Amino acid sequence: MQRYLLRNKNKIALISGVLIVTGFIGKWFTGNLVFFKGALIVASLFGVAPIAIQAYQALKVKVVSIDVLVTIAVVGAFFIRNYEEAAIVTFLFLFGAFLEQRTLDKTRSAIKELTEMAPESALKQREDGEFEEVEVDEVEVGDVLLVKTGAKIPVDGRVLSGEGSVNEASITGESIPVAKEKGSKVYAGTILDNGTIQIVADRVGEDTTFGRIIELVEEAQDSKSEAERFIDRFSKYYTPAVLGISLLVWILSRHLELAITILVLGCPGALVIGVPVSNVAGIGNGAKNGVLLKGSEVISDFSRVDTMVFDKTGTLTVGSPAVAETAYYADDIEEVLGYLASVERESDHPLAKAVLEEIGETKFSTVEETEVIKGGGIVARVNGHRLAVGNVALMEREKVELNEKARADVARFEQSGNSLVLTAVDGELKVLMGVRDQIRPGVKEDLQKLKKLGVKNLVMLSGDNQGTVDVVSRELGLTEAHGNMLPEDKAAYIKQLIEEEGQIVAFVGDGVNDSPSLAFANIGIAMGGGTDVAIETSDVVLMNSDFSRLPHALGLTKATARNMKQNIFIAVGVVLVLLAGLLFSDWVNMSIGMLVHEGSILAVILNGMRLLGYKLR
Amino acid sequence: MKKATIQLESLTCPSCLQKIESAVKSLDGVEQESVNVLFNASKVKLNFDEEKLSIDQIEDAITALGYEVKKTQVR
Repeated sequence: MQRYLLRNKNKIALISGVLIVTGFIGKWFTGNLVFFKGALIVASLFGVAPIAIQAYQALKVKVVSIDVLVTIAVVGAFFIRNYEEAAIVTFLFLFGAFLEQRTLDKTRSAIKELTEMAPESALKQREDGEFEEVEVDEVEVGDVLLVKTGAKIPVDGRVLSGEGSVNEASITGESIPVAKEKGSKVYAGTILDNGTIQIVADRVGEDTTFGRIIELVEEAQDSKSEAERFIDRFSKYYTPAVLGISLLVWILSRHLELAITILVLGCPGALVIGVPVSNVAGIGNGAKNGVLLKGSEVISDFSRVDTMVFDKTGTLTVGSPAVAETAYYADDIEEVLGYLASVERESDHPLAKAVLEEIGETKFSTVEETEVIKGGGIVARVNGHRLAVGNVALMEREKVELNEKARADVARFEQSGNSLVLTAVDGELKVLMGVRDQIRPGVKEDLQKLKKLGVKNLVMLSGDNQGTVDVVSRELGLTEAHGNMLPEDKAAYIKQLIEEEGQIVAFVGDGVNDSPSLAFANIGIAMGGGTDVAIETSDVVLMNSDFSRLPHALGLTKATARNMKQNIFIAVGVVLVLLAGLLFSDWVNMSIGMLVHEGSILAVILNGMRLLGYKLR
Repeated sequence: MKKATIQLESLTCPSCLQKIESAVKSLDGVEQESVNVLFNASKVKLNFDEEKLSIDQIEDAITALGYEVKKTQVR
């Protein structure tokens, strides 16, 4: 019976609503007060039943809940024979609860969509080699699984055989097909768009990247800031206090109607629900857009950030050097490039890799008498020619003359932050290449957006030499840039900004060698391509290492923080207006109190819901 | 000690949290500090001593309050 009533709260609300309307219509048309009162009494008895049950259950575990306040108020209204008020108040309370449920589900939808992407079943290989469908919980590390076209990959693992392309949107937020072949890593929760693959499970269940993301987001949406914990403590004593005050008013004034009106007005709805609603909508928006925000504390800190500190390599720059500029001093350039590639092919120097990538397909020749000159480069014999590949010092040692144009090129390339690779054939300079780590596309515009959003200082810290750092800094228009810094120097720099200058500092890094800085900064932002360390140690994770999410992340936290303040303002404002109305005028009665109360709850939920559609302009 | 994660129907009123929290904490065998009722996720997380009570008893305490238990995970 109890459970039946609780489960059908919505129907009860409907019935009591219909009864109230019929009662009023009957009164207006026939003037029959007996019918009117009868309808309202039935409506209130119906309506108060589920509320009273909830109140009883709350009292049993020693909690004075809103249900308790409302039940007492309705009983009080019965005593003074105000059936109209009793019926309307119960109806509004039930109807409000219905609307709250619907709208709250909506604000939580973004995160729910994410958790529902979790894989549920897998095709696991039995000992006889056949595959059978099992629950995903039954998959263990080392199991061999079959994934067919259109299926969800159930665990993190490696491809054993077959090939296909996978949509990794669930963990990177990026809906681009990624090709997978033997040896490729695949992630739980991603979808095999085409092809069929067999994989071996490396991590299962909550240990998978997707499992961790879900757990983090779920914890984040319910994490509480200092202010919220205060509101929680406050509301624990608030409802009993309201009960006490109303009792006191009744005893002192002997005015039962006033006392029960206070009970209804005192319901702490919007205040308790307002901040969590903004929180869940903001974090949900982030999760959909490749930004993991770990909780409301992070949101409030990040929204007030003064200085953002960036790691250079791999964060502002691509992280792997590439040939940026070239100059040729010969006509037989194809042949020279072939020789150059042949020599570089045998070296594992990072510059050699960049050069090879630049040349691409070419004709390789046999290389003999290779000699590596430390701090200079390589000298070798190719096709009967003497080749020297290396820096300017090597050219001097090999007595290669640089003409005026070549000297000018060298100076220019060096100034724009390149490392130089010169190639001489038989003592004559043929090719000059400038290699540097390139700035990520779009970073400059993203930094401008951050500035516009109110970040005062953009600082770059790097282990590279100051010359290279200055070049990048000039190009990006940073406030400050410091080179020659070890990881501990970076951490110390951030500590000094926070402790001595009192700034709120965010650090953006790749999360591997920068973990001290991520930890020291007020907000640690990891460019994590789904790596564990990055996800664990930071406060904000940019999925898929996508720098362009950063302005969205900052804008979103600012919008969310603003939204929370608006909600607190709405909640407190409504209570103050109602109290003032009660004390200084006579327009406030129980029904209006309940209407405004439910209205303010809906207002804060709807306001929070706006965050789901937030986009950076 | 076992760790339980109980998924409930979606919670809408913050006072539900207080009710569920007090009800679960009052059970003998539940580690007091571990009880965490998540409002938005509509989940209860807690550690309990399986020698003193079973997961069914915990579920019953919650259903008795009128909240439907959807899924339970014990590790």
